[in-house]
Amino acid sequence: MHFAILVFPGTNCERDTLHVVQNVLGETGALVWHEAIDLSPFDAVIVPGGFAHGDYLRTGAVARFSPVMDSVAEFAANGKPVLGICNGFQILCEAGLLPGALRRNYTSHFICRDSYLRVESNRNPFLQLTNVGDILKMPVRHGEGCYTVDDDTLASMERNNQVVLRYVNRRGVLDDASNPNGSVSNIAGICNERGNVFGLMPHPEAASEAILGSADGLRIFAGMTRELDPTRARTADLNPTMVL
Amino acid sequence: MLDKALALGMTEAEYNRVTDTLKREPTATELAMISVEWSEHCGYPRSKNLLRLLPKDGHYASIAGADTGGIEVEPNLTVVFKMESHNHPSQVEPRQGAATGIGGIIRDIFTVGARPIANLDSLRFGLLDDPEHGAKARYLFSGVVDGISFYGNAMGIPTVAGEVAFNPSYRGNCLVGAMSVGVVASDAVASSAARGVGNPVMYFGNATGRDGIGGCSILASHEMSDLAARPTVQVGDPFSEKCLLEATLEALRTGAMVSMKDMGAAGLTCTTCEQAADGINSYGESVGMDINLDLVPLREADMEAFEIMMSESQERMLGVVHAGREQEIIDIFEKWGTNARVVGHVTDDGQITVRRNGEVVAELGALFLADAPRYDLPQEEPVYLSDKRKFDFNRVPLPSDYGTTLLQLLQTPNIASKEWVYSQYDHMVGTNTVVRPGEGDAAVLRLKESPSGKGLAVKADCNSRYVYLNPERGSQIAIAECARNLICVGAEPAGVTDCLCFGNPEKPDRFWTFARSIDGIASACRHFRVPVVSGNVSLYNESPESAIHPSPLIGMIGVLEHVDHAVGMGFRDSGDLIVLIGDTKDELGGSEYLFALHGLEEGDAPALDLDRELNVHRLTLAAIRRQLIKSAHDCSDGGLGIALAESSIAGEIGASIELAPEIEATPNIRLDSVLFGESQSRIVVSVARENWPTLQAMARKIGVPVALLGSVGGDRFTLADNRAGILRPLANLPVEEMTDAYRGAIGRIMSK
Repeated sequence: MHFAILVFPGTNCERDTLHVVQNVLGETGALVWHEAIDLSPFDAVIVPGGFAHGDYLRTGAVARFSPVMDSVAEFAANGKPVLGICNGFQILCEAGLLPGALRRNYTSHFICRDSYLRVESNRNPFLQLTNVGDILKMPVRHGEGCYTVDDDTLASMERNNQVVLRYVNRRGVLDDASNPNGSVSNIAGICNERGNVFGLMPHPEAASEAILGSADGLRIFAGMTRELDPTRARTADLNPTMVL
Repeated sequence: MLDKALALGMTEAEYNRVTDTLKREPTATELAMISVEWSEHCGYPRSKNLLRLLPKDGHYASIAGADTGGIEVEPNLTVVFKMESHNHPSQVEPRQGAATGIGGIIRDIFTVGARPIANLDSLRFGLLDDPEHGAKARYLFSGVVDGISFYGNAMGIPTVAGEVAFNPSYRGNCLVGAMSVGVVASDAVASSAARGVGNPVMYFGNATGRDGIGGCSILASHEMSDLAARPTVQVGDPFSEKCLLEATLEALRTGAMVSMKDMGAAGLTCTTCEQAADGINSYGESVGMDINLDLVPLREADMEAFEIMMSESQERMLGVVHAGREQEIIDIFEKWGTNARVVGHVTDDGQITVRRNGEVVAELGALFLADAPRYDLPQEEPVYLSDKRKFDFNRVPLPSDYGTTLLQLLQTPNIASKEWVYSQYDHMVGTNTVVRPGEGDAAVLRLKESPSGKGLAVKADCNSRYVYLNPERGSQIAIAECARNLICVGAEPAGVTDCLCFGNPEKPDRFWTFARSIDGIASACRHFRVPVVSGNVSLYNESPESAIHPSPLIGMIGVLEHVDHAVGMGFRDSGDLIVLIGDTKDELGGSEYLFALHGLEEGDAPALDLDRELNVHRLTLAAIRRQLIKSAHDCSDGGLGIALAESSIAGEIGASIELAPEIEATPNIRLDSVLFGESQSRIVVSVARENWPTLQAMARKIGVPVALLGSVGGDRFTLADNRAGILRPLANLPVEEMTDAYRGAIGRIMSK
């Protein structure tokens, strides 16, 4: 499988992501400059973390206008997998490929620490190698990761299994202390209706090798390399309010 | 013109030297150039004679370049690193001062073609909870941390380690030492020496503005007085720097570059004359440069020549390109959206010729400019030292409750967890951080570039109070402790960078202190066979409010044979034994306990036996390499008691400790000395029970005392004194309570 890893001026996780794709996952990948328009050689697109165009404006607000983003929209419309990590998530939201927006953390500080994520739905290629209720450990590293969306959209996202990862404590309990940025309903990761565009604030590429403290993130990249198996047994979806 | 020279911070003697050499009056532009290049910050006129004493060789091959130095950790893999201060700018404008300090040090690393892989910071402020001055200290502290976070995070370089200390002496003059570490193939280290008559000189990066004019001469090379200096602080733009970094590394890879130098202090003046001077010194050719300022990208078109030559606008570089390959380089910088412009060419007259509006506005010898005059200043031992040594420690009462004292110490900002700081720094980008801040005595990075799987340990350290009480020994301890921290994670110390922050050198007692400190660094480095490969001197750190404690901030790197063998500071498994390597003397001088609980900075710095220290390193490193040791943590601020508590907190597991007579160097030491005194050359380790005899045998062979302290387990931290053979309980605390006290302390103060 051949991965395109997008590079905007100011992107800074592209080499970390390429390292995982090539040296850990064993697939091939290439860094793709933001002015490129041809994504046809690729089977998957990753929009990695960083500060595209400096992010002095709202995060991702300038990057969405880069030439490559039209090609990403077309790539996604063809049903191919698109993963946005941290700044990549912000860019996909700005580009309208994912619902909602990321705002400044409620503390107003940048936050760098491990987070624990509970899988809420695995009916998408990215999380198909996990079970609903699994706890994944990955670091968060952002200043603007507070996920926000209007109530109606949130309700429909819940119905469509689009809320896929939530911040929880290490025992899997959803609480305020585990929410590093004030995201609505502790949301850490979401996908589009079709399930082929996925964005999350935590960094799976920084949690794909045991030496870094966790290899849970690798399950996401590995999931991207497989066709989604429709016969896979559906685990009952958890209702977060009941877990509280 | 003499008046002008004095206003620019020059001395009358320096002005006379200029007129004697030129046989004429200097132009305004020439005077501006000389004033910045001969400032202490750039030319080291007052410190250069002493800096020659620092050793340049050690276990590993080292390179010492003009901008930065490095260590070859294995064939064709060099780690370059340097620490530099940005104290006065940060005191004037903490966020931008710190941010541009980071920006400047990062440029020093990528200028030589290295990709930065880690940043560290050594910070000093006044007391955060001082009723009168605490608000100012909190403002500076939060501003500096925010500036480092803002700049370093956007650059995609993890900030992995460092230190923060608080003392009233920094009230009017905070310290911000920024260190950066990068990796480069040894055969790809870029030169800073210009050569090749007719080769174009190119300007890269941001346009030049009026910011930072005279930053190095007026702001950095005088005592702090008032905030009128604000316009001399530069403004940082990490996005520009990120693009400049990528473009520079790409440009250097083409082979089209002859030399490269970053514009930091003294901007265009420094990069022109020092590249030419390096060319002269390296090749024995009479290299000069002819620069046309009309071609320099400017933010304001009407800038005068002297302003352009003095500006310290950020995110700029100057380099020499092989003639005919300019376009190749321009294309790269344009791709990254930044400037690349030919502004002059290399000449063979050894002169820096500067033109503006068609006229020559300066013509100075490159060597004349780059080689600042040197002074040997008078020295005199400070009078306070003998008073400090006379202090009678019998006046200090023993604690009534050791558990309470332990909790108090865990919450003092000098000891408490610095999580409030490092959680604001991205310490993981790059995916190399194997031992993170708070997990070990130093950060450990894997080197993806190392075919043999080596790891790199980095640490910044200096106990300034020891240096205040004993400049020479205190400085030796700074080296010893930094090395010990590297040992504790399993690394062999390999190289040093020093950022020497002292008071006004024109005061003989300050200069004496500076000279003794360099003696201490030099002797300790020679003993441990670690070279000083780079550094920076920051003098004049005084304000009407205070003179700082002398602070030779030390940055050190170490090499792990296998990154998988890295060891943290937290206890790990229930049933493991806790062992003290080294022994404890009766000394409370300079301790954080004395300062935090009794408000005293008295006595002498702890004793240091360099042979003992080295043997403790040998034993610990050998045991870690044999994978006998599960955790290692050195005894520093707060002594043995705090080291034990911190290992419990980091491991999230309890410990039960019984103090045995074997831990003492001499019998019947007062109990607060045993627990909170800061005797050197001590490391607390934990080992599996079955490995204890092996460790004992190794210790006997090397000649280092080891003593059993207790065992790991449970969720409580219990402490008892059993030195007299009668068990006396001292403390019994839930680990959770200690953790809350330790981890939350600084956040609680900052949210006031």
